[in-house]
Amino acid sequence: MKREHDVASAHPYMPTGAPEIRAEMLKEVGADTLEDLVSDIPEKFRFRGKMNIPEPLLSESDLKRHVESIMVRNISCADYTSFLGAGCYRHYVPAVCDEINSRAEFLTAYVGDTYSDHGKMQAFFEYCSLMAELLEMDVVSYTTFDGGQAACSALRMALKITGRKKLLVPATINPEVLSQLRDYSGHLAEIITIDRHPETAGMELEVLDRELDNQTAAVYIENPSYLGFLELNAGKISDLAHSRGALFVVGADPISLGVITPPATYGADIVCGDIQSLGLHMHYGGGCAGYIATPDEERFIASYPTYIYGITRARDDSGFGWGRALNWRTSHGSREKANEYMGTAAGLWAITAAVYLALMGPQGMKETGATILARTEYARRILGEIKGVRSNLIRAPHFREVVVNFDNTGCSTAAVNRSLLGHGIFGGKDLSGDFPWLGQSALYCFTEATTADDIDRLAEALDQILNSREGN
Amino acid sequence: MKNSDNKAGKVRNYHGVRWDEPIIMEMGQHGQRGFVPSPLEDRVIEKVGDPMDLLPSGLKREQEPALPELGQMQVLRHFLRLSQETLGADLCIDLGQGTCTMKYSPKINEALVSSPKMSELHPYQDEETVQGILEITYQLEQYLKELSGMDKFSFQGSSGTQAIYANVSVIRKYFLDRGETGRNEIITTILSHPGNPGAAATAGYKVITLMPDESGLPDLEALKAAVSEKTAALLITNPEDTGIFNDRISEFTDIVHQAGGLCCYDHANANGLMGIVRAVDMGFDLCHYNLHKSFSSPHGSHGPGAGAQGVTEKLAKYLPVPTVEFDGKKYCLSYDRPDSIGKIRKFYGVPPVFVRAYAYIRSLGPDGLKLAALLSILNNNYLLKKLLQVPGLSCPMAEGRQRIEQARLSWAELKETTGIGTDCINRRIIDYGLQTYFTSHHPWIIPEPFTPEPPESYSKDDLDEYAAVLERVAREAYSDPDLVRDAPHNSAISLIDVEPLMDLERFACTWRSFLKKNRQA
Repeated sequence: MKREHDVASAHPYMPTGAPEIRAEMLKEVGADTLEDLVSDIPEKFRFRGKMNIPEPLLSESDLKRHVESIMVRNISCADYTSFLGAGCYRHYVPAVCDEINSRAEFLTAYVGDTYSDHGKMQAFFEYCSLMAELLEMDVVSYTTFDGGQAACSALRMALKITGRKKLLVPATINPEVLSQLRDYSGHLAEIITIDRHPETAGMELEVLDRELDNQTAAVYIENPSYLGFLELNAGKISDLAHSRGALFVVGADPISLGVITPPATYGADIVCGDIQSLGLHMHYGGGCAGYIATPDEERFIASYPTYIYGITRARDDSGFGWGRALNWRTSHGSREKANEYMGTAAGLWAITAAVYLALMGPQGMKETGATILARTEYARRILGEIKGVRSNLIRAPHFREVVVNFDNTGCSTAAVNRSLLGHGIFGGKDLSGDFPWLGQSALYCFTEATTADDIDRLAEALDQILNSREGN
Repeated sequence: MKNSDNKAGKVRNYHGVRWDEPIIMEMGQHGQRGFVPSPLEDRVIEKVGDPMDLLPSGLKREQEPALPELGQMQVLRHFLRLSQETLGADLCIDLGQGTCTMKYSPKINEALVSSPKMSELHPYQDEETVQGILEITYQLEQYLKELSGMDKFSFQGSSGTQAIYANVSVIRKYFLDRGETGRNEIITTILSHPGNPGAAATAGYKVITLMPDESGLPDLEALKAAVSEKTAALLITNPEDTGIFNDRISEFTDIVHQAGGLCCYDHANANGLMGIVRAVDMGFDLCHYNLHKSFSSPHGSHGPGAGAQGVTEKLAKYLPVPTVEFDGKKYCLSYDRPDSIGKIRKFYGVPPVFVRAYAYIRSLGPDGLKLAALLSILNNNYLLKKLLQVPGLSCPMAEGRQRIEQARLSWAELKETTGIGTDCINRRIIDYGLQTYFTSHHPWIIPEPFTPEPPESYSKDDLDEYAAVLERVAREAYSDPDLVRDAPHNSAISLIDVEPLMDLERFACTWRSFLKKNRQA
């Protein structure tokens, strides 16, 4: 028997749609029909057509089958072996991270605070506290939308603090972040990219020295960089920036900080980045969330645009409590007078990152970092042994990512990547569009979740593609 | 209280969990571990040696981070306990958070997005391998076009405010292309979300704010006085947080258009209007939806969400890069957008939210979406009727006007009589198992505000219970004001000292900083 659905039957998500209840409630509010409730809306605005949206899949089983029938067409990095990074990474996600962030209490909470969501507030504070130890910084913001936004806000903070109008960024900056930055602060500041050193790809110090003037608000570097190399002159860049009264802002992936020294130790004033590496799935880029950290100084604290959760005590001394601190900084507190706008950020990802760091502890972070360093170097050497492939374009230590060049093979990166798909492999991000000076290159990523077997298999596949004329 | 009292319309004898859980920074002991990463293979070590030797000395971390060391069960237990001290919308009648649309987030949608077919997708995968997620994104765009009448959407914004910001950025680019660089003012209203003036100022605009007139709607005369050749755009919510539909809205958009400006609809309060009115029919050139509000994606302890940004044809070329396109056979990401504002977020936004919104729309269909809107209005009006019988509570603006999906109420009368204001009431309702409600954004135009928004997910029993709690608490304010003033009594935490949250000297947002300041003291 076909069951007719119409608006008269109760939808599982809409209990007051049940005819008798609806009638009772309508009577209570003095209306005859639901339409009476919108009689204040002038007819000229009323939409009287039929929306071209498919008829409902009322049963959950039909809905599930339908959505899965579309999503099954995705081939994921669980199906293929992936060497993609470039701002979104496949690190291992411990099961406890997923267990906690799928808890209904956290998943469906929103802006409740001190009293109703005490546990959430404590988790946020712990997230900041754990990040603070990793970063050796005393103030850590609540999350921003993503790491790109964190860089944008960190540099906006620098503009505000210094009152200057120039930002110096590396030529190797993540192109997506640069695009965000141009949109976000292009009207306030001149954004200048500093040439790379021809061998190490770090900032060319002579050029930096020339561009740094008394209008420079900040020098920004990424360390590890977008292209995976480490900036060897970070301390010198810091000194140079400070000598001209500019701030030194560093983008750093916290997953590297078990082995790499935190930017604060080489002079960073503001540190920022993405926390997606800390226990978050990639979600097609949706797992990103940003952080900002600074010393505990008024000039920095006053310029944060995000919520900040401060610690205090219960008046009866029964324990710690938390609340939104110094809210006048935010657009919720002072509208257009605020530092920047703010909005729903990524609280669930902050809680997840806290779980991750608590699970890892100092030992786990160190081992993870060391494993990434080693596998990256292993891959760099193995791939460099393939005829025609170069993995030593940049002469510097690398963390997690390496530029792999195919110029001497006669194959384009795009062609290589297409062939790799046939081997069940996602090759590295094609860099030929964003970085012409790298020729036909791709950015290959190796995390602690990439095994030596994966790397060997990649090398075999590349060798086959490039040197058995399988490729074109 | 007997169990039998715990029925519809009665308040419950609630007691929250209080675990007295230590700060994780103080937990654990040296040598314990919660996780062991994959060890290095021998052949890797043979080839590269000690990984730490790969780092130059200046970049090697010398001092281990002072992270706690705990076993896995202890970490799990700690965070489970913290979760229990959090009143998520799945657990309580969370209909007090006006503007937030705390509707049910269907569990099937969580199951769909936790599949590796979503969670393990990398944003730079070959398009052939992501046809599923691209199809869902593309179809969702078609549905939102139907709902709004707009011509093109981008989902790159990860919150409503980021979508507002993206809209402002599009407006800026539009006038830049036209050479109208003198348009440096944006007009908004005091009862529109503060993200509007916030985003406008962030993008470099001077902000003009309209106040309501005696009708409760934004002052039309003030708008006429505000527009000029400097006007870039009007950013406005409708209904505003008062829940009153602005029936003069086309006069607002006409005036701005006549002055050469654009009109941008903050459609965060969309839940009562789905299938009822469309942004385009009110004269808007741009709008945005919060997919974590009207379209059911869970709010996730304050994100990640998604802000869908919609524009008319003449502005489509300015949308963030990339957009999702379909040639009749294949879906693709289009980067060939020379006029685009560029990126506002890495990659494409928060795609799992698109899947949830898609599934939600498919589960309701066109009539169901409209029904959801109408039932949210029914729920709101039913609740209002009950709440307006609560002593000391009133609905001050525009008496007699319909409210759509929410309403701004006031405890001014209660405050005057008892000294108990909205903040005290808001703490006390937790003692009855309710999440706190939304008062108002700042500044408070209506004194002692309270802004409930009961979406269609809530049952009549839920509404009755909610009203009964408010009634009980209001009566307590008259009979035993201290009980309300000192609340909560049955929650995980009692009244805090707020001074350290406002005083830079005592402020600390990390344990490390807290220890330093308290050692000094």
